[in-house]
Amino acid sequence: MATFWTKEVPATILVAALLIWIMPMIVGTFTLTVLVIYGMLGFSLGLIWGFGGILCFGQAAFFGLGAYTYAIAAINIGDSTIPMLLAILVPAAFAALLGAMMFYGRLTDVYLGVITLVVTLILFKFISSTAGPEYVIGKARLGGFNGIPGFQTLNVPGRPNDYIYGDPYFYFCAILLIIVYLLVSWLLKSSFGRVAIGIRENEVRVALMGYDVSARKTVLFSIGAAIAGLAGALFANWGEIVTPNLFSLGQSAEIIIWCIVGGLGTRIGPIVGAAGLAYLKFLLGQQSMIDNTLLTGIILVLFVLFLPKGLVPAIGSLWKVSFGRRRRFPRHGVRRLRGRSVGHG
Amino acid sequence: MDLVFVIIVEMLYAVASLVLISAGLAIVFGMMKVINLAHGEFMMMGGYVTITAVTLGANIFLAMLVIAPVVVGLIGLVVERLVIRHLYGRLVDTMLATWGLSLFFIGLVTMIFGNTTTGISTPISGFTVGNYQVNGYNFFIILVAIVLLGLMFAVLKGTRLGLIARGAMQLPDMAAALGYSPERIYMATFFCGSALSGLAGAILAPLVGLVPTSGGAYIAKAFITVIAGGPSLIAGLMASSGLFGFISQIFTFAVSPVMGEVALLVAAVVLLRLLPQGVTGKFFKGRV
Amino acid sequence: MACVAFAAGVSGMAETVLETAGLTMRFGGVVASDNVDFKLKAGELRCLIGPNGAGKSTFFKCITGLLTPTSGQVFMRGYETTGWNPHQVAGLGVGIKTQVPNLMDGLDVFENIWMAARRFLSMPDAMRKASEVIERLALGPIARTELGRLAHGERQRVELGLVVAADPWLVLLDEPAAGMSADDVERMSTIIREMTRTAAVVIVEHDMQFIRSIASTVTVFHQGAVLMEDHVDRVMADPTVRNVYLGKKA
Repeated sequence: MATFWTKEVPATILVAALLIWIMPMIVGTFTLTVLVIYGMLGFSLGLIWGFGGILCFGQAAFFGLGAYTYAIAAINIGDSTIPMLLAILVPAAFAALLGAMMFYGRLTDVYLGVITLVVTLILFKFISSTAGPEYVIGKARLGGFNGIPGFQTLNVPGRPNDYIYGDPYFYFCAILLIIVYLLVSWLLKSSFGRVAIGIRENEVRVALMGYDVSARKTVLFSIGAAIAGLAGALFANWGEIVTPNLFSLGQSAEIIIWCIVGGLGTRIGPIVGAAGLAYLKFLLGQQSMIDNTLLTGIILVLFVLFLPKGLVPAIGSLWKVSFGRRRRFPRHGVRRLRGRSVGHG
Repeated sequence: MDLVFVIIVEMLYAVASLVLISAGLAIVFGMMKVINLAHGEFMMMGGYVTITAVTLGANIFLAMLVIAPVVVGLIGLVVERLVIRHLYGRLVDTMLATWGLSLFFIGLVTMIFGNTTTGISTPISGFTVGNYQVNGYNFFIILVAIVLLGLMFAVLKGTRLGLIARGAMQLPDMAAALGYSPERIYMATFFCGSALSGLAGAILAPLVGLVPTSGGAYIAKAFITVIAGGPSLIAGLMASSGLFGFISQIFTFAVSPVMGEVALLVAAVVLLRLLPQGVTGKFFKGRV
Repeated sequence: MACVAFAAGVSGMAETVLETAGLTMRFGGVVASDNVDFKLKAGELRCLIGPNGAGKSTFFKCITGLLTPTSGQVFMRGYETTGWNPHQVAGLGVGIKTQVPNLMDGLDVFENIWMAARRFLSMPDAMRKASEVIERLALGPIARTELGRLAHGERQRVELGLVVAADPWLVLLDEPAAGMSADDVERMSTIIREMTRTAAVVIVEHDMQFIRSIASTVTVFHQGAVLMEDHVDRVMADPTVRNVYLGKKA
């Protein structure tokens, strides 16, 4: 724990500061902002899947829920501060309910996948069908497939006319990502985080030690949803519109792909995977030779077949092999995480 | 009276289409414990094959009942050889890989056919009952679903192949121990499952405007129908299709089609929470 | 009400720490555990034996909460624990080792044992406790090795370490000596004898050699029910037991 504050925190901040300084010289801040937001979204799934062993096919549901919560609250309230907080709390509360339902029912693996996927679909279908004028929350019309445009975007707290946009908005998002990253790092070092990793490794054993596995999984799931919700609110501010596509299965698939490509069981992997693939998609979007979806699909298949651990752990072991320093990397390496099913009594 | 008739037909149609949509996935999941998330895209391709064959001059029934299943079955075979067989026993990995395949096929079809809606007209005309218009094609779908279930039952119960298949379903090692190559069984199963997906997509194609992303509409329904059905193939398929079809139609009539879909999904979540082993995990144990 | 029923079972002498009344478990038409009445006093060491399919493991799983019995009751130190989850049972201070090795393969030995201790102790105390247990079980050289890389005997020992680290007053072990070498079994007996100083111990076991080496009272299961209960030597001499357990010949 001591080295965390004296070494890891300063090192993280230093590296992040360098990146925040250098990256805008290479890529425009408008694009960079969305890469940072996707990084946070990937990170949220990376936390619950890579460290808690919870495979959620519906992380997009929390992302969308955060974005919609923000938009609706911002229209009704005007100032962006409370909407931002609500965008974190509402998905977290929703995930706590959903998680409690699933984890106390001892659902695992494929059933977890079905339910999270179905819940995402329900939200998608419901929100898409709210075009009529009867679907109003306060002053905000849900707008069906067209979504909600024209809400109050981020402002300096208490001063609704001082908008934060452009370059400052990029720095705002980047700093939030660093804060979230450090908070999660701290969480993983704490007893709660270690037990969560224990649950990922062997749920039955942890229960037999006397830990309430269902409660702990529910809490972790809810934390992941809170982070996804925050990312959703940031995305809403960036795009200045929210649409049902945020809830789509395609969005969920992408989050999963980011995690696999980046590397599960590492903190940095899903962030790198998200930002990298989103940027690749952005570059590919500028050509029309090969279909974008086709490439995404190929990437996912190839990674599952040939590099199931993902890029970051692979580069890590390559580094270890070539430079031979006896550093344990990654700290919480995932082995046989996916594809293993823990039986229940 | 007329309304009752129409509602009954609509309900049977809803159940039958769920059976069709889920059959291919159910076989692959039941026999191989592989969740094929590209199932929806297999159906979408079945639709495209039918439309292409019809525009090239083939008889529509030939295209739907023969050409589409065979072509999609062969695509399935290639997929099994190239991807799936490396991932047996890894449930989550196969789900992820087939999700990748689904994206791949969406992209591929988009490149070939473009991102526009295509379709063909239904080969059977509708008729009126009292004040209501009934789609004659619905009866065809109901018929196909019944024949399909009958055929599956006959094959599983009545033939040597079915016996081996059921054995492999219960105990994968046992089939191997008896001298049947599980690899062959899996290949054959995946071919059959894919062919059935192609058939379903082909038969449903005249009812929908086909776009490369059409598969997404099917996969979730098929997925939950199969999982909710539980371990028994045919009994599970019938039970969960019946239940979900019934619920969705009630809400469709009472509220709106969208609410019908939402009700189906909510019912699935509730059902899985109450019976995590599926309907046949609790009832009808040991049936096929 | 549960407590009253339980209190009736205590007869002034050593406290009864584990009791089952009419415990029955059915799987479909099969009765795997048939109306079992069982009592264990504080500090006692008891082995459950019986041929394959006699219902020992089912009984064990019903006590630990891995299965919920069809009917009957389980009491532990004054609580009725029938139908509790494993984590609630373990939370009472019951140490459990299942038949299949159940460990966190991606974590090292220290982390595994630390986690067991942390459930009942503060962070620094858990660290101290984990080091102490590692020393006691001579796991020092492999303390930083991932569980996935250990040999079977070492894994069994680590699993006992998990049990010990929680300072249980009741220990339930399902086949702790399965698949171990003679040396490992020897070491295992020593550890178990040490446990009995602070805890009552129930062991499900096949290995008669091992049972004799820890010499205890034995409960024989047959067809889901308790056949007899006595000292290991007398049990082994009993013709009925020899019949059902040791040989097919009469």
